[in-house]
Amino acid sequence: MNFLTNLGLLINATLIATPPLLFAALGSCFSERSGVVNIGIEGMMTVGAFTGAVVGLYSGNGWFAFLCGGLAGALMATIHAIVCIQFHADQTIAGTAINFLGTGLSIFICKAMFDNSSDTPGMDPSSKLPKLFEGVFPAGSFGSNVLNVYSVAYLVFVLAAVCWFVFYKTKFGSHLRACGEHPEACESLGIDVYRVRYTCVILSGFLAGLGGAFVTLATVNQFRPSIIVGQGFIAIAAVIFGKFSPGGATAACLLFGLCTGVKTLVSLGNTISPNLISMIPYIVTILALVLFVGRANAPAANGKPFVRSR
Amino acid sequence: MKKKSILESSVLYTILAILIGFLIGAIFLAIAGISPATAYGKLFSSIFGKPKYLVWTLIYASPVIFTGLSVAFSFRTGVFNIGAEGQYIVGALTATVLGILVDVPAIIHVPLCIIGAAAAGCCWSLIVGIMKVKRGIHEVLSFIMFNWIAFYLSNYVVNTKIIHKEGGGEASKDVLASARILFPESIRKVLDCNSANWGFILAVIIAVIMYIIIEKTTLGYRLKAVGFNRNAAEYAGINADASILTALGISGALAGLGGAVQILGMGGRLAQLASQEGFGFEGITVALIGGSNPLGCIFAGIFYGAMKYGGSKLTMIKAPAEVVNIIMGCVIIFIAISSVFRELFLKLAPKKDGKEGK
Repeated sequence: MNFLTNLGLLINATLIATPPLLFAALGSCFSERSGVVNIGIEGMMTVGAFTGAVVGLYSGNGWFAFLCGGLAGALMATIHAIVCIQFHADQTIAGTAINFLGTGLSIFICKAMFDNSSDTPGMDPSSKLPKLFEGVFPAGSFGSNVLNVYSVAYLVFVLAAVCWFVFYKTKFGSHLRACGEHPEACESLGIDVYRVRYTCVILSGFLAGLGGAFVTLATVNQFRPSIIVGQGFIAIAAVIFGKFSPGGATAACLLFGLCTGVKTLVSLGNTISPNLISMIPYIVTILALVLFVGRANAPAANGKPFVRSR
Repeated sequence: MKKKSILESSVLYTILAILIGFLIGAIFLAIAGISPATAYGKLFSSIFGKPKYLVWTLIYASPVIFTGLSVAFSFRTGVFNIGAEGQYIVGALTATVLGILVDVPAIIHVPLCIIGAAAAGCCWSLIVGIMKVKRGIHEVLSFIMFNWIAFYLSNYVVNTKIIHKEGGGEASKDVLASARILFPESIRKVLDCNSANWGFILAVIIAVIMYIIIEKTTLGYRLKAVGFNRNAAEYAGINADASILTALGISGALAGLGGAVQILGMGGRLAQLASQEGFGFEGITVALIGGSNPLGCIFAGIFYGAMKYGGSKLTMIKAPAEVVNIIMGCVIIFIAISSVFRELFLKLAPKKDGKEGK
């Protein structure tokens, strides 16, 4: 029984830690595979998290706030797309700028709105995203831990399946993968490389924004400056780990989520230093890379600005 | 990277980018209901108001010049050191531990701490390099992991019994006076700044050395050649793997030095980190503003140090200090697309051939 409870808690912690990473990682897959390096995921997530928190606070509608978070991320991504695709800027540099802008804007606006406080006020629990089976299972039971989680935590896996379908079973998917490998060839076949890349980069920002909004609308109930810190970069790492495919990224995010779950559980025991436990996800990743995964080849045209010949 | 021959104009576009950044920052300030004139006035008076403030600017600039040099060096040699953050942390950690536990005269203690920090940063980066060379593991991925491992390692060590300051504060003990690189008491009195230290002078010396290595030595040529075109360099008989490791090692050592300067100079102790302090990422910005040129990094670092120091005073007039991040983000974007402006200007200027823009 004790084992079952612990397993339930572990799954629960994993299902809270994974979705933000997975949203951002799926987005990153689109961007990277279409040939645009997006290191600005972190900034886009932060903007999404802030927007989600503010809209949730004022509208009281979790789903609407969630969507707004995504749109705010997409807006940041649009800047990245224009700079990288239209103006052929160095994509890493542009992404670094997006990270500065994203965190800077979020905290700046937060302070301007809430009397110089860098946290938004906590929102009412009813404004948060809904849970799947609220009140069906007794509190603390296995069923409650596994099934009574935020519905988005399950939705994101459906989304991962959809992304896989789009990538490998649709015309758009084959176009976007081709644009990341050989844009010149795509152009000669009449594919509009710019349009494909714009779509992918903006989509990546939208998904990163959703990931950020999940943190403020489900995991906690407010925005704080330290709330995203590092998760965007972990998502990028997951994508490289997963060899730039939606399936691989999903597996990598689950691994991160599971490690975070283990971390949460073990730190309850209070016997080992929390700082050492916190290293687990990163050390596991490094070991997995060295032992099993090895070389991850980025798409051939990734990071190279493409100039239209017309 | 490719702007050497038109250095003057690239400086021009950098200044233009900075001006546009300030303009956009002003717009946001105005929207937030804060007078841009008041805010910028406070910013500049906090930087230039007294000689003492300028000294503070240089103190703030020292560590970011080092991380800037680290990133700039990696840019020039074709790798992307997004791990300067982690190397900075292990450098700071090593300097702290050596500074607390080893008790030797200053003439040995200071070099020991500084070299130890550089070695720590170098190793931290080399592990990533070896994984890249031997197993083909993407350096950006492992750098990100190592940043976080360094972060938690630092917090772990700070909280161990022999390092942690007893009875209070989330920080380490103070490093011994023999390890500090502060100016002599008399000079600090004249400068009216108790934290004035040799860090900035060290940064300038190292920057000049890096400039000479990159521009004037065969080592620099070899590293640049591999960064520019790995296959061509190998064809010319250069060992690409060894070059990548050398480049990453040097880059890591530079970031580690940044950590040492911050601890032995301004800090005096290592605080428990609540979140990544961002010196590594600020280094990326400094490298970009400095055009990946080591000498450019000095000026870019001073600029950044000034903005950090001035920005920290903005809270006194209730203006969010994050306006500095917005300005910096815009500056980077406009530097990134400066080629577009260049083309536009060349097209507008009738004397020059419109095609020569790049």
